[in-house]
Amino acid sequence: MNFKELDVSNPYFAYDPAKCIVCSLCVRACEEQQGTFALTVEGRGFESRITAGMDEPFLQSECVSCGACVQACPTGALQEKSIIEMGMPDHSAVTTCAYCGVGCSFKAEMKGEEVVRMVPYKDGKANRGHSCVKGRFAYGYANHKDRILNPMIRDKITDPWREVSWEEVYAHIGSKIGRIQQKYGRGSVGGITSSRCTNEETYLVQKLVRQAFGNNNVDTCARVCHSPTGYGLKTTFGTSAGTQDFDSVEHTDVVLVIGANPTDAHPVFGSRLKKRLREGAKLIVLDPRRIELVRTPHVEASYHLPLKPGTNVAVLTALAHVIVSEGLFDEAFIRERCDWDEFQDWASFVLQPENSPEAIEKMSGVSAELIRGAARLYATGGNSAIYYGLGVTEHSQGSTTVMAIANLAMATGNIGRPGVGVNPLRGQNNVQGSCDMGSFPHEMPGYRHISDDATRAIYESLWGVKLDNEPGLRIPNMLDAAVDGSFKALYVQGEDILQSDPNTHHVAAGLEAMECVIVHDLFLNETANYAHIFLPGSTFLEKDGTFTNAERRINRVRKVMEPKNGYADWEVTQDMARALGQDWNYTHPSEIMAEIAATTPSFAGVTYELLEKEGSVQWPCNEKAPTGTPVMHIDGFVRGKGKFVRTAYVATDEKAGPRFPLLLTTGRILSQYNVGAQTRRTENVVWHDEDLLEIHPFDAETRGIREGDWVKLKSRSGETSLRATITERVAPGVVYTTFHHPATQANVVTTEYSDWATNCPEYKVTAVQVSPSNGPTEWQEDYEEHARQSRRIVHVEAAE
Amino acid sequence: MSHDEKFKSGDEHLVYMANQIATFFTSQPEAERAAGVADHINKFWEPRMRGRLFEIIEMGGDGLSPLVLQASETINRPRAA
Ligand code: SF4
Ligand code: SF4
Repeated sequence: MNFKELDVSNPYFAYDPAKCIVCSLCVRACEEQQGTFALTVEGRGFESRITAGMDEPFLQSECVSCGACVQACPTGALQEKSIIEMGMPDHSAVTTCAYCGVGCSFKAEMKGEEVVRMVPYKDGKANRGHSCVKGRFAYGYANHKDRILNPMIRDKITDPWREVSWEEVYAHIGSKIGRIQQKYGRGSVGGITSSRCTNEETYLVQKLVRQAFGNNNVDTCARVCHSPTGYGLKTTFGTSAGTQDFDSVEHTDVVLVIGANPTDAHPVFGSRLKKRLREGAKLIVLDPRRIELVRTPHVEASYHLPLKPGTNVAVLTALAHVIVSEGLFDEAFIRERCDWDEFQDWASFVLQPENSPEAIEKMSGVSAELIRGAARLYATGGNSAIYYGLGVTEHSQGSTTVMAIANLAMATGNIGRPGVGVNPLRGQNNVQGSCDMGSFPHEMPGYRHISDDATRAIYESLWGVKLDNEPGLRIPNMLDAAVDGSFKALYVQGEDILQSDPNTHHVAAGLEAMECVIVHDLFLNETANYAHIFLPGSTFLEKDGTFTNAERRINRVRKVMEPKNGYADWEVTQDMARALGQDWNYTHPSEIMAEIAATTPSFAGVTYELLEKEGSVQWPCNEKAPTGTPVMHIDGFVRGKGKFVRTAYVATDEKAGPRFPLLLTTGRILSQYNVGAQTRRTENVVWHDEDLLEIHPFDAETRGIREGDWVKLKSRSGETSLRATITERVAPGVVYTTFHHPATQANVVTTEYSDWATNCPEYKVTAVQVSPSNGPTEWQEDYEEHARQSRRIVHVEAAE
Repeated sequence: MSHDEKFKSGDEHLVYMANQIATFFTSQPEAERAAGVADHINKFWEPRMRGRLFEIIEMGGDGLSPLVLQASETINRPRAA
């Protein structure tokens, strides 16, 4: 008898072979839905058993813990541990994952006030019943002991925190902000909205800044990820958003992935993409790393262009060179949809000899032959779609790269129908939404420039204030102004700029120079180490609202438990506004959405009733498109004629040289999420408990570095230490790490170089040196001590 | 006045950013260059930043690209605070 033991190695689900009837539904789920091929049927007849990997425990196998097999299992042989421990749920509500920009729908299954499990929702239009390990299982942070539930204040950042009542904290904020503005001027304060919070909450934070602070100093973390997408797509197409829905991939023949790693960062979309590739669609990957998609079970890229970090524009323009010089462009489309003269100007620019594949080969490290092959496939392979991520935007030419992508799509007529298009894969769950909601210092909701009198008039009459018609400060400008002494107070909702923004020393100096930093978050994050006021936040399980995913899809977030801190984030912002003299009286987020719809043409038709009826809608949603717009630019571009823009390659000033001979690029992995504030506080740490530096065997050997050694990573900004892992996933000359753990502080080494148009930081290229080390650096030790001191709390009974 | 006394800490960064914008527009068609730089700075730079840019220009514009200087004719001067 082929006896197998109970396998409880996975932190979230158990496999009990005694209950297994070998129906193989799990094997099919893993293959067809997830595309990992981790499960097999071993043995024959009565002897047959389901096994993971090479007959290993699940945790050691290639299983990525997506949960699809658990969902498929009819007997409970594969079962969530939470069900085993807590029993079956008694009620449920459909809500939206708060991790990445895929925006998967889940049924939160509850027992009283506790989540028993999150089940991917079949009718969810973004995920169609699938999920990844984060949304499916990593919700435990909501109950983590580190969560702060009471407001706190302190005079100096070296003092311990003192718990206070909500009344006291609002009074304190009112007087501090008032005093600072009186002393240093109206423009001395600002706010940062969160791409983790709901649309309604984000809208309120920008409203608070514009109405109560009386300036436009509002920005969002999209500054450090997708701001170039906004600029580039608005310039070329007229809208700051992707053109398709995720279903579109089912009609795609050629997929071009550039600077994105969907199987790790956007896993559910990654699975849908792999499925399409297994059905025969062709794949082109432009990435310095050999990401998983390049070769994974039953998927192999036709072309992998392993370009040097920082040469995206050169390679994309070379692709255009091939398309134009070989006559592969779609003249009929261009004549109808774009400005023919602009196209001709662009065509003669890309035809210049310095843009030929042969000329680009040397600087990019990609052979001319690969460039030619990839260009021909993209232009002639049928429906071609481009998917891109932060490897495109986080460069000094981020906006130029986005425009180069748009040029390719227009030149080949790959825009305006299912299966094609330009698709930014958004990082955080609500990056799209936070940008839509007017979080940028130059734009009101719906991407209308602040200098537009008609737009300001709408808000001025509704809010009863005069709005400033000048753009405000962006996050890096706020920090510069703080160091220069003219910016003194900042309200940060649901963001950790100290850990997520570049050049940590500079961010710390900016925060230290301020007199009042207000952090509104679930945890005492790294930014809170520099804060004077802490407002406890609520999780997505504790509030109503909406998130907008990478497809412009507005999905409902539903409250399934009372906020543990007492108030949803929108209520806290509302009370702040009241403390600053504004008469806000929203009783439910649906009323905030009603205000958004009444003032923003692309949201005019959005109501909670419509979302209830349709499940979700993609903006624009208005009279012309009452149930939303899955594919954009069908009959013409939003801006009228599509605009071709010349995209000259400019090498970044961040260059490898004798002192710093390697190029560092950064990214994230499947089980962790961004700065890790949430995922680090779940069992997901079993997959990733520290950031590692990936280094090529050749570079490791010349430095005497072995697998697992501590190494020092040094740039001209700073240095940090972490452990090395030796792999051929990175090319010689390139090293790679993630930024999930504050102990590593990868951003100590990144520089202040940024995108020319939007100041989006150049995370993807930093010249570094790597050398053996015997442990953490002095800065890491000092910082840890500072953080420990800064997190002291004096608990006092809050006054009633 | 030495370089260090004349420049505030953020100035170098400001000059760098202005030049980066100029570099992009230098590659655009002739007629769009200066106008493009000015329009970009008017749209995205907070008045404090534009004000400081004018101060740097008045001090001689050390390090600024000629296209930025040319564009400055149509960059909006911030209102007096
Ligand atoms: S959890 Fe997902 S990846 Fe793991 S075996 Fe099941 S279906 Fe495959
Ligand atoms: S793919 Fe993204 S949205 Fe979907 S479950 Fe995973 S983290 Fe959540």
